[in-house]
Amino acid sequence: MRVALTLFLVLLVALLLQTAMVSRINLLSGSADLFLVILAAWALQERVRFAWLWGAAAGLLVGGVSGAQWFIYLAAYLSVIGMARLLTRRIWQAPLLAMFAVTFTGTLVLTMFTYVYRILFEIALPLGEVFIQVILPSILLNLLLAVAIHPLMRDIAGRLYPAEVLA
Amino acid sequence: MTAAGLVVLALGGYFNPVSSWFQRLGVDAQTWFSGRYLALVDFLTVPRDVASMRQRNAELEAELARLQTQVIELQQKVTETEILSALVDFARANPEYSYTGAAVIGRDPSPFYRYVIINIGSNDGILPGMPVVTDQGLVGRVDAVIAEAARVQLITDSASAVNINLPASDTEAMLLGSVTGDLSLDMIPQEAAVQPGDVVLTSGLGGGYPPNLLVGQVVSVRQLDYELFQQASIQPNVDFARLQFVLVIVNFKPVDITPLITTPGP
Repeated sequence: MRVALTLFLVLLVALLLQTAMVSRINLLSGSADLFLVILAAWALQERVRFAWLWGAAAGLLVGGVSGAQWFIYLAAYLSVIGMARLLTRRIWQAPLLAMFAVTFTGTLVLTMFTYVYRILFEIALPLGEVFIQVILPSILLNLLLAVAIHPLMRDIAGRLYPAEVLA
Repeated sequence: MTAAGLVVLALGGYFNPVSSWFQRLGVDAQTWFSGRYLALVDFLTVPRDVASMRQRNAELEAELARLQTQVIELQQKVTETEILSALVDFARANPEYSYTGAAVIGRDPSPFYRYVIINIGSNDGILPGMPVVTDQGLVGRVDAVIAEAARVQLITDSASAVNINLPASDTEAMLLGSVTGDLSLDMIPQEAAVQPGDVVLTSGLGGGYPPNLLVGQVVSVRQLDYELFQQASIQPNVDFARLQFVLVIVNFKPVDITPLITTPGP
């Protein structure tokens, strides 16, 4: 119950911050994705459970608000969760490195999903321009955001899932 | 006899220099004693005064902070009032349309989509397709609606296409958005004499937007002999980065001409 309530509150605050503030901070034409960074940082915490649920909830929430199709965000966020869970077991000794790796790859996956959908079903976009103006700046902004979000989510995870004390 | 002599001398003003000297001495002595006394009082009461002054200083600093906050809030309200006043002026100057005002409360999370979210929805009579403007010109059109909010596709979105008119050269063309948010004109006939500075208005063709809404100005024109059409860059009148309030034209019904467009058969 406590986890579900926290999930709801964190996603709600993240949505408000994302649409009202983060989306207005642009580097060239790119912008940061607060949800993606939060999900990456959350799923990288070893003790966390229901990370897939977080990914699905965030994907549906952002997909509902954005002009992009809902399944793009759902697929991208679930990919981020998958990558993070995979990396947790491999480079767990360098959590910030894992965070950067997941954020970088996750942003690339999300932007490429959106790009491919747009050129297939909506409008042709020049890949070179998109890469320089949107994808690279978005990756950079997300990596900067990751530095701040990672310790925050680690603290939240520590409170929700305290370490077991061995007798 | 002596006393009478002294009185006469005093009344005659002969003692004035001596009297003045004594008075000056007395005043100087009084000043010196008063100054020393006040210094002594200050010395004895300084600790209490410093404490009270510190407290007073803290109170004044708190008051200053409160007033500064109030000034910022009032400045923000003045800005909002100026914007709203301009929107009201625009609505009065264009009485052929009915408007509903809205505040921009968010932007699309995806950098690929140039959409904004406004704080009115179907409960306020907003429908998809309704044009959105400010006093400076065309903003876009409503893309999706829920009860209390709506999503607006800006004309700078890469999937946006608006039929426009260039009154200076009496030419029709197509206004296109881009992934960077820049606006450009395409489909300008080669023979059209388009110049930088020409005003761009909506033409109303296609039924998506009402005619004669200001869009912006031509910045530069690109004409190549081997191409079918000219292209032009447009400077929009609206500052899309600072959109705060918009007007939705609620009595314009967009026409869906999709069924009229013939598609090649199998």
